[in-house]
Amino acid sequence: MSSTNNRKKLLLMGRSGSGKSSMRSIIFSNYSAFDTRRLGATIDVEHSHLRFLGNMTLNLWDCGGQDVFMENYFSKQKDHIFQMVQVLIHVFDVESQEVIKDIEIFMRSLKQLKKYSPDAKIFVLLHKMDLVQLDKRDELFQIMMNKLSEASTEYGFPNLVGFPTSIWDESLYRAWSQIVCSLIPNMSTYETNLIKFKEMLNAYEIILFEKMTFLVICSSNGNLQINNDTNSNTINNKDEKKKSNIVAIDPKRFEKISNIMKNFKQSCTKLKSDFKTFVLNDSIYVSEISPNMVCFIVLNDTRQSQQLVLENVSKASQYFQ
Amino acid sequence: MEQTEDSSKATILLMGLRRCGKSSICKVVFHNMQPLDTLYLESTSNPSVEHFSTLIDLSVMELPGQLNYFEPSYDSERLFKNIGALVYVIDSQDEYMNAITNLAMIIEYAHKVNPKISIEVLIHKVDGLSEDFKVDAQRDIMQRTGEELLELGLDGVQVSFYLTSIFDHSIYEAFSRIVQKLIPEISYLENMLDNLIQHSKIEKAFLFDINSKIYVSTDSNPVDIQVYEVCAEFVDVTIDLFNLYKTQEIELPSETNDNKRSQKRQRELKSVSELGNGVIIYLKQMIRGLALVALIRPNGADIDNCLTITDYNVDTFKKGLIELWANSATKKSQYFQDNIK
Repeated sequence: MSSTNNRKKLLLMGRSGSGKSSMRSIIFSNYSAFDTRRLGATIDVEHSHLRFLGNMTLNLWDCGGQDVFMENYFSKQKDHIFQMVQVLIHVFDVESQEVIKDIEIFMRSLKQLKKYSPDAKIFVLLHKMDLVQLDKRDELFQIMMNKLSEASTEYGFPNLVGFPTSIWDESLYRAWSQIVCSLIPNMSTYETNLIKFKEMLNAYEIILFEKMTFLVICSSNGNLQINNDTNSNTINNKDEKKKSNIVAIDPKRFEKISNIMKNFKQSCTKLKSDFKTFVLNDSIYVSEISPNMVCFIVLNDTRQSQQLVLENVSKASQYFQ
Repeated sequence: MEQTEDSSKATILLMGLRRCGKSSICKVVFHNMQPLDTLYLESTSNPSVEHFSTLIDLSVMELPGQLNYFEPSYDSERLFKNIGALVYVIDSQDEYMNAITNLAMIIEYAHKVNPKISIEVLIHKVDGLSEDFKVDAQRDIMQRTGEELLELGLDGVQVSFYLTSIFDHSIYEAFSRIVQKLIPEISYLENMLDNLIQHSKIEKAFLFDINSKIYVSTDSNPVDIQVYEVCAEFVDVTIDLFNLYKTQEIELPSETNDNKRSQKRQRELKSVSELGNGVIIYLKQMIRGLALVALIRPNGADIDNCLTITDYNVDTFKKGLIELWANSATKKSQYFQDNIK
């Protein structure tokens, strides 16, 4: 029973050339953004079974986006494809010439989902954002999101979540962290444990990452769903003391850490190994906390001894199994 | 007078035919530009000089490729007199016969004006070549250059060749070697590093310039490019993570009671990472934007002991570095003053 519960079906859809397989390869197969140039067209559906956090299996269905296959999904294979779907991730190429057609396909898949798995969560990614000028990105994203949420409400999926993404920066990690987090069942346990742990260590912040993909699972300073809001919340208790020097820390830090650490992991493979711990200036600690998780600790007090902190981490690990 | 300039400041002259990638190299190595962004660089029309201070004050002069330096109006004699190294860039994806003729001409002139000049040739843009072809191109270019020099009667001139590309670490490696030739204290540094690694469990130690990630010095063991890459990337990781929480670090000293002490500790970067197979990567900030990065293999010994010994030895090394630097600085100013008189 529990094994079926832990199997999650994710559909990755979108028109051909929009970057679906590239994303998958970067997040789950340790490709660098450069390497994705080699990827060819996906034929029909490519299944991958990814183990996440030990007991969770993500069945990622990477659906080839050429029209031939697309027609097939909506006619012959529709019950096969759209049954038991937990998550639909629809990718839009911002540079696409046929936006109307893109949206039409999105609506067609929503229609099938409504029939076969009405509880599915829908995420849309506006991909290849790096090709748009910086000052126009927000505007474009807003216009597109308005259109898409209109479409999705029509089919009974009212709260659509969308992200602007690009494989060339950390936005990809942000999007996928939140997609994957929405599937973790015992999130609240992790959160409460993490907050306790934070208090015990007198830490400034602790972030929990999945080990293989380095996606953010949760952070001690509130959840990361709505980045701007949490950020003001998190530093509040600290800032009350000294309102004078409010230098808000980077709201994109989660994604950036994912990106940095993943690069580091990559470079460690050149020494034929994986990294175990990382300590910077006695204040930032990165260490394994369970076989599937890595914790990132930022301390308030740099005078704690290294052994003490690492010992605490290993003691805490039993609560994060 | 010219001699003083020579010794107090090392100058690298960057030359090559047009579109061979001189500006891109400059931007990528010294300005941290992304390699992809260099596709849109404009063509350089004026000689430009840029200054960087690593252990020594280094200036890099870039000459536009389309100029003819042997027009009598151009003061090329003074130009070649004052430089320490001539870096000539050859585009390996283009016809390079012209470039070689041009190079031979420049070497002939430069060598006549300044026999002490070190001549470095970058066989550039090798990222687009296959492995076999790289070796062929290098051999071909070396041979042809040799022939040209022989014809001019200059077969004794030392020319070093490097295969480089801005899309990997080879350009940093090449520049590291070039810069190292310009540092007068290099042999002491190398000895000090050798000493350091002999007395700790260090396998390989680099002295990095944090901004450009070229290494100013390393111990006398051969450099494995992969180890170099790991160390350079470790500098990146450390700096990036440090910058993310920098604001929080600044807040700290005002909070803690013993103000001065913690402030002192904060300013210095230090990071240690342990890998699954027991290898430890160690970084510690030194003087003048330098950082020591070392690869430690405890080989079964206790890791904490290892680190403690390393810490102690690295501190000693740093003291040595400060002393060496102070000494050479006074010597230089002394030298300079003597020459003025």
